[in-house]
Amino acid sequence: METFPKPSRDVPPKKNRLQAKKKKPRRYWEEETTLTAAGASPGPPGNKKRNRELRHQRPKNTNNPKKSRFSRKPQLPKKPRERRNPGPQRSLSGAQDPFPGPAPVPVEVAQKFCRIDKSKKLPHSKSKTRTRLEVAEAEEQEISIKAARSELLLAEEPGFLEGEDGEDTAKIRQVDIVEAVDIASAAKHFDLNLRQFGPYRLNYSRTGRHLAFGGRRGHVATLDWVTKRLMCEINVMEAVRDIRFLHSEALFAVAQNRWLHIYDNQGIELHCIRRCDRVMRLEFLPFHFLLATASETGFLTYLDVSVGKIVAALNARAGRLDVMTKNPYNAVIHLGHSNGTVSLWSPAMKEPLAKILCHRGGVRAVAVDSTGTYMATSGLDHQLKIFDLRGTFQPLSARTLPQGAGHLVFSQRGLLAAGMGDVVNIWAGQGKASLPSLEQPYLTHRLSGHVHGLHFCPFEDVLGVGHTGGITSMLVPGAAEPNFDGLESNPYRSQKQRQEWEVKALLEKVPAELICLDPRALAEVDVISLEQEKKERIERLGYDPEAKAPFQPKPKQKGRSSTASLVKRKRKVMDEEHRDKVRQSLEQQPQKQEKKAKPTRARPSALDRFLR
Amino acid sequence: MSAAGVAESLLALSQQEELEDLPKDYPLSPSEDEGDIDGERKHQKLLEAISSLDGKNRWKLAERSEASLKVSEFNVTSEGSGEKLVLSDLLGPVKTSSSLAAVKKQLNRVKSKKTVELPLNKEEVERARTPLEQEVFNLLHKNKQPVTDPLLTPVEKASLKAMSLEEAKMRRAELQRARALQSYYEARARREKKIKSKKYRKVLKKGKAKKALKEFEKLQKENPTAALEELEKIEKARMMERMSLKHQNSGKWAKSKAIMAKYDLEARQAMQEQLARNKELTQKLQAASESEEEEGDVEEEGELLVPDAVNEIQMDADGPNPWMLRNHSSGTKEAKIQDPEQLPEPVAHETPESEEEERPGAEEEILLNEFKERRSLRKKAKLNQDTKPVSGQEPKDSSSQEVLSELRALSQKLNKENQSGKQKVSSARTVRAVQREDPTEEEEEPLLLQRPERAQTVEDLEELGKEGCFQNKEVPRSVLEGQQLERNPNNHPGAPKEKKKKEQMIDLQNLLTTKSPSVKSLAVPMTIEELEDEEERDQKRMIKEAFAGDDVIRDFLKEKREAVEASKPKDVDLTLPGWGEWGGVGLKPSAKKRRRFLIKTPEGPPRKDKNLPNVIINEKRNVHAAAHQVRVLPYPFTHHQQFERTIQTPIGSTWNTQRAFQKLTTPKVVTKPGHIIKPIKAEDVGYRSSSRSDLSVVQRNPKQLTVRHKKQLKKNSVD
Repeated sequence: METFPKPSRDVPPKKNRLQAKKKKPRRYWEEETTLTAAGASPGPPGNKKRNRELRHQRPKNTNNPKKSRFSRKPQLPKKPRERRNPGPQRSLSGAQDPFPGPAPVPVEVAQKFCRIDKSKKLPHSKSKTRTRLEVAEAEEQEISIKAARSELLLAEEPGFLEGEDGEDTAKIRQVDIVEAVDIASAAKHFDLNLRQFGPYRLNYSRTGRHLAFGGRRGHVATLDWVTKRLMCEINVMEAVRDIRFLHSEALFAVAQNRWLHIYDNQGIELHCIRRCDRVMRLEFLPFHFLLATASETGFLTYLDVSVGKIVAALNARAGRLDVMTKNPYNAVIHLGHSNGTVSLWSPAMKEPLAKILCHRGGVRAVAVDSTGTYMATSGLDHQLKIFDLRGTFQPLSARTLPQGAGHLVFSQRGLLAAGMGDVVNIWAGQGKASLPSLEQPYLTHRLSGHVHGLHFCPFEDVLGVGHTGGITSMLVPGAAEPNFDGLESNPYRSQKQRQEWEVKALLEKVPAELICLDPRALAEVDVISLEQEKKERIERLGYDPEAKAPFQPKPKQKGRSSTASLVKRKRKVMDEEHRDKVRQSLEQQPQKQEKKAKPTRARPSALDRFLR
Repeated sequence: MSAAGVAESLLALSQQEELEDLPKDYPLSPSEDEGDIDGERKHQKLLEAISSLDGKNRWKLAERSEASLKVSEFNVTSEGSGEKLVLSDLLGPVKTSSSLAAVKKQLNRVKSKKTVELPLNKEEVERARTPLEQEVFNLLHKNKQPVTDPLLTPVEKASLKAMSLEEAKMRRAELQRARALQSYYEARARREKKIKSKKYRKVLKKGKAKKALKEFEKLQKENPTAALEELEKIEKARMMERMSLKHQNSGKWAKSKAIMAKYDLEARQAMQEQLARNKELTQKLQAASESEEEEGDVEEEGELLVPDAVNEIQMDADGPNPWMLRNHSSGTKEAKIQDPEQLPEPVAHETPESEEEERPGAEEEILLNEFKERRSLRKKAKLNQDTKPVSGQEPKDSSSQEVLSELRALSQKLNKENQSGKQKVSSARTVRAVQREDPTEEEEEPLLLQRPERAQTVEDLEELGKEGCFQNKEVPRSVLEGQQLERNPNNHPGAPKEKKKKEQMIDLQNLLTTKSPSVKSLAVPMTIEELEDEEERDQKRMIKEAFAGDDVIRDFLKEKREAVEASKPKDVDLTLPGWGEWGGVGLKPSAKKRRRFLIKTPEGPPRKDKNLPNVIINEKRNVHAAAHQVRVLPYPFTHHQQFERTIQTPIGSTWNTQRAFQKLTTPKVVTKPGHIIKPIKAEDVGYRSSSRSDLSVVQRNPKQLTVRHKKQLKKNSVD
């Protein structure tokens, strides 16, 4: 049994006290051992004897060998636990541990996992409430420390590209990179020369193992791009506008000229969804199992692929929708419009959650980074802007490009790629999920045709570019997250694992109506209905049960409980309360006056009544 | 008979038509009417003749083509309408038996006589039966009042057509406003008139005199011919004045002063002054009577220290017309002298003007400054007026009034020309506010001049009001103009909350138009130089389109404004139109009432996008998501923020390590199948109970049990 690591330095003494107070809960099926082990409550000797007798009887009944073994020699594991503090620990060999105690955890790393927002001031709370709050905070600290410690398990490090003393990394060509890297990585750079079926759109699966691409002239194919094993290849005999994998590589959706079609990994058409017609762009929200489609007719439709139901069909009222992206952080869909605005949508609301005026011309491309912090937009005014999505929606940086970017995409680690004509530019920031600096491109690459689709491969330092001449897989060091979550999206998973994951994912499916701008708002109390219910309750009962009871002076002896003194005491309390109120109102008054002073400038005139 | 019947019905028809027409063509004179119907009448006579051929004189239907004094009661029948053919007429024999004829007639008469219905038929109403009614109808016709439909007279209808309710209301409001302003001015003027301080009056007069002098000098320099003309007129007016006996010391005041003069020095002085003036006047009169050519020149010249000879010589030199000569020569001097002389009087009869022109003190601040300026200007103008209008002392004759008005107009004109700089500022500000140029000034002045006084003042008042309004806007505008106007073509005036909006706009402008440094990329897209294919051209066109006409920013701001408006909580209006006051189509309940029955909803929290010009954030509540939120506070928490803090850490395995997840999700009570759960003991809770107490518990329990057992046993036994 692993002992919980006890933070030695970071934890305040209070917490220690709390922990010291806490005992390991005693299980009723192991009463004997705990009784002896706990030692805190030395029962009467008679009792102990009886317990022992019980213990002697029990092994016969129980089948669990582990338990019996555990009970037979209870002293061994308990001993080290009891010795808490005495200096260097001794091992069996007698050697001293040079680093006694649990390994220290850097505070910054632990801080990353702290989620309680302590910026807000709390109203005064009673002692009982305070203890609950303290417990919650202690828990959070403990958990964050654990999480920080488990960061050790993320062994892989991101790739990087550095120029030799002042060399511009943008001058480094793909060929040079391929030459420099190992064979396995070099194999990830390839070109598919597919000039016949026009500009390609492409999409990687969530695990990053599979690639689906569709040419405008109907060519659709999926392949395991690492091994280059073709899974299916068909021609749908219709214009293909967009292609997207669903939750796993087994299914993919193709936005064809008229309707939306869903194929499986054999290329067999499973569904033709006629309610989604003339779809221009597709987005898949993996945790909600929603396929969002933006159509030429101006509708944004959410299709729940787990049950095959259309969750919401929203009319954007902004003409043709051909710019769409998702915010991976909160699953909000961003649509770019021809009037320079970007609107944010959720299936729960008929109107956009927010509208941001980004450009003077129409918006050509939108991308949101994986943390949901930044949004990059490019417009017809040849500008590339990066907006802050954390509440303010203000542009953080902007650049004018020689030719406006037609396609934008963020990588997992926050690299921004832009496709401009036949050139792909990539900008990088300082670290993970930092604002990409638009001063200098990190990488540049010229393609054999016009860029038509861009997608960073998850968990691989690869950028897939679909263009008129086919598909290019570029190497972009440091683009992807090096460590993957084996339970969530495992590139090496077997079929069995995939099936299991599918079931689990379905069980954990997030309802579509929970999509909102701030997902953390769901962990807040619904104040409006709280107030409403309170009001109703008061109405129903005829009085406020939570109201403070009026002060009732306690009866006192020796003639001090005369009516006069009772009244006096009551009066005192009342006055005190009154003074408090006055004090508060006085504190608020100057603020109000400041507010009031401004608007009263033009005095109302007697002639105002003739104004029409 | 049948032919006769048909004829009758025809007749009746025509008659009815006439009757119906009557209200419509009432303007026609009766003679015309007759002329029209003449042919018909002949025809009717013919028919009568034919019908009388059969020997019997049938009872004639009363047929009326014009209003007559005699009105038979039988006319009020439905037969007159003729639409119904009585069946008996058709069925009956041509010759009725004489014995029954009378009875039948009677019967018919009875039948035909309808009981009077209420409300009266149209025809019954229309028909004038008694002379009184006729008179009434005549009157109504003459006055073009509606006879049948007492709703609206044609005049009223026309007026209704001419003006919509809204316009009428606007107009009324304007008039009301003007009236109110006027009343303010009047009140003020009255107040000022009542000031009895002699000092005040003296100062006033002196000031006026000085100004008048100055202005006249100016005028002489600038426009001598006009000045001369003016002088001529002034002279005339002066003569008129002299003819009246104003300063004969015969007034009430003079008499009272005469009594007091014995004892009071001041009174004596006043008397002397008066006498001196009287002397002057009489002297002048005498001079005029003596020799018209030289008139009052003597005295004046004496004062001015100009020798007579000079004038005389000039006169001689100029030519034979002594009147003209005199005018030319003495113009300047006269004016100078006369002004101070005649200033005292005009105060009294100026009231009508001063009423209009004096400005009220209790006005809004905005108007006030404007008024002050204007007032000062007006006063100047007035002084100039006063110089001549001297004449205005006794404007009894129509001719003299004409002269006066002329004079006044002239003086105004002159004044305006004189002080054009300043006056324009005030009078033409409205115009300037719009156009920012002063080309219209000159056009405006003549307009102002030609109007009669009252109208002019009303106009002025309106203008003033407008100016006030404009001023409000102008101040902020001019401040921002420089920065804004060139940049922002969509900057339209008129929006009341412009100031705030403007700041936003600036922001937004900056936001979108700031030139961002352009990126230098190593690989410039080839397409720009090399491939100018269709796609590129398309794009360029699109760009041009994007920049062409549509103003993205304005649209967005408009949208945002609408969104803000829509999200504001709406006030509840409980006014019942028509309740306690007149109601009807297009009538709105009074503002007072609306205010009284308006329940204002409290303002909500400020919008999240209040300070973000380029964002519209939807403030609507996501009801579906709210259904998943906690809506009850658990026990120890009194405030939702406290509780929120305890649920902020996620407990799922997605966000936690396995261990942490397990720890967070361990149940408080763990049970294991196959094991007996024993009742809780003191030691389990951590109580350090003494062995004694334990023992006692052990001992007591069996007792209690036994007691219970016993009780139960008892009960059982009883049962």
